[in-house]
Amino acid sequence: MAQQKSVRDFVEAAKKDFSIVEKNLGQALDDLRESQKNGLNYIEAFDETLIVPQLEALRKFQKKGKLFGVPITVKDALCVKGLESKAGSKILKGYVPLFDATAVAKAREEGAIILAKTTQDEFGFGTFATNTEKVPKNPFDNSRSCGGSSGGAGGFTKYTSAVHVAIGESTGGSIAAPASFCGVAGLTPTYGVVSRYGLIDYANSLDKIGALGKTVDDASILLEAISGFDELDSTSLDAKFIAEKGAGQIKKVAVIKDFVEGCDEEVKKIFAAALEKLRKKGIVVEEVTLPLNSRYALAAYYIIATCEASTNLAKLSGLRYGEQGEVEGKHFDEYFSEIRSKFFTAEAKRRIILGTFARMSGYRDAYYLKAMKVRTKLINEFNAAFKNYDLLICPTMPVVAPRFEDISKLTPMQNFAMDLCTVPANLAAMPHLSINAGISSSGLPVGLMAIAPHLQEKRLYDFGKVAEE
Amino acid sequence: MPKIEVDKALIKKVATSARLSLSEEELEKFVPQIKEIILDSFSKLDELDAKEEPSFQPIKMSNRFRADEVKPCLTLDEALKNVLPSLRENGYIKGPKPM
Repeated sequence: MAQQKSVRDFVEAAKKDFSIVEKNLGQALDDLRESQKNGLNYIEAFDETLIVPQLEALRKFQKKGKLFGVPITVKDALCVKGLESKAGSKILKGYVPLFDATAVAKAREEGAIILAKTTQDEFGFGTFATNTEKVPKNPFDNSRSCGGSSGGAGGFTKYTSAVHVAIGESTGGSIAAPASFCGVAGLTPTYGVVSRYGLIDYANSLDKIGALGKTVDDASILLEAISGFDELDSTSLDAKFIAEKGAGQIKKVAVIKDFVEGCDEEVKKIFAAALEKLRKKGIVVEEVTLPLNSRYALAAYYIIATCEASTNLAKLSGLRYGEQGEVEGKHFDEYFSEIRSKFFTAEAKRRIILGTFARMSGYRDAYYLKAMKVRTKLINEFNAAFKNYDLLICPTMPVVAPRFEDISKLTPMQNFAMDLCTVPANLAAMPHLSINAGISSSGLPVGLMAIAPHLQEKRLYDFGKVAEE
Repeated sequence: MPKIEVDKALIKKVATSARLSLSEEELEKFVPQIKEIILDSFSKLDELDAKEEPSFQPIKMSNRFRADEVKPCLTLDEALKNVLPSLRENGYIKGPKPM
């Protein structure tokens, strides 16, 4: 059975024997249906009729690419041609894209089979994938969160025994958080490495499409496939990532002390044990502090993210696609307000109000512009630390996957505080990798996050491979 | 930093300009939450004196140009595919009144 194979081994074998592709796809489909039957909510959209044509096309596929025959799932926020894509929202219900997001198209070119769309917080607004109708349940304990916002991606990656990888997207930690809570690998690249064309965006200067897989290598192969310049995205970089070992040897890393201090004891314990293992592997582990990031990153992030989100979501007004209503006799203000008020959730409304406020005349310089200047300070603080270290590391999340009943008691501020470790790297656009550091005494995974300088994804790859061994 | 009074009137005004009409219940819920976020979190940045250039983009980027060539694009039928049938008319989309 293909289930123990890595993506790399699977693709090599599949190129010689197509029955391996069919068998693995069958396993992925069985797991998908079983997850649906059990109400685990990993899958947002699935259309069986789209599967067979892909398999048949693949059978004749001459160019046998890096993802040949690999079933992949796609976060709902990325457009997939012919498959409802609504970024976990109600307001985009019924929207069926006429085109693929570039990342999806690139994965197809490498021979991937697009299996389904995965669940997420509405537009990525959340840390626990609970701000949506279909809330994904943690494979380790169904009463707990998968993490968000790419929750379905993390959950299904852990859940399926088939060879599979997932396209995720991170604005403030939405790949790392579910990777941590679900015990899988999540790789978020530098801003611009993967084209955002076809992404239903949250915050333009923060959104990064990335990869989740059972291992660092699996996630990295997917990132390699979807990275690279795209003229359809004006912020796309000419920076193809190649998943090859030895390109970024890791000698010295530093623990971000102030981030660790904000973590729960059970997280600290597993993290400390992981550091010992790294030392035994010959990696020098020292400590740094990032006082500016630990005090100001969350504030700057939430100002920038809500400002950008509030402008992005302005286009969702009940015209052309998604939820639409009766326009006859209505003024546009009335109609737009009616649709938006009815179909945005409380979280989206709150963020739109915050972002609109921070951009209003009289406040714009004090909030939005100030946050952008502070962002420069925070990037500089990271870069200064990278002068002495190959990577910076910290726990991915300050807690293990919380119970849904506990999440519902959190205030929005307490909710934001959960992003303490993930937001700084995201705000500074530093590539980062979350890997499983171990299982806590309560039987739940704890993630370790490594952060690299801009465009140094290769260091994360090397580090991840060593750490996983 | 401008002095801010985060109250129902302000939230209502901001929501209206964002084309959101909030129920009384939503207003009751949002006002203290938004007040906390603005005063306890956003306003923290007041402590810093930031003279740096703003990072509207987090990584250095330069303009790139492409040849100005006509490429295939959506047909009219395709472009209207996601429009509610009752809002389609002669290749146009029926919208609300602008005035």
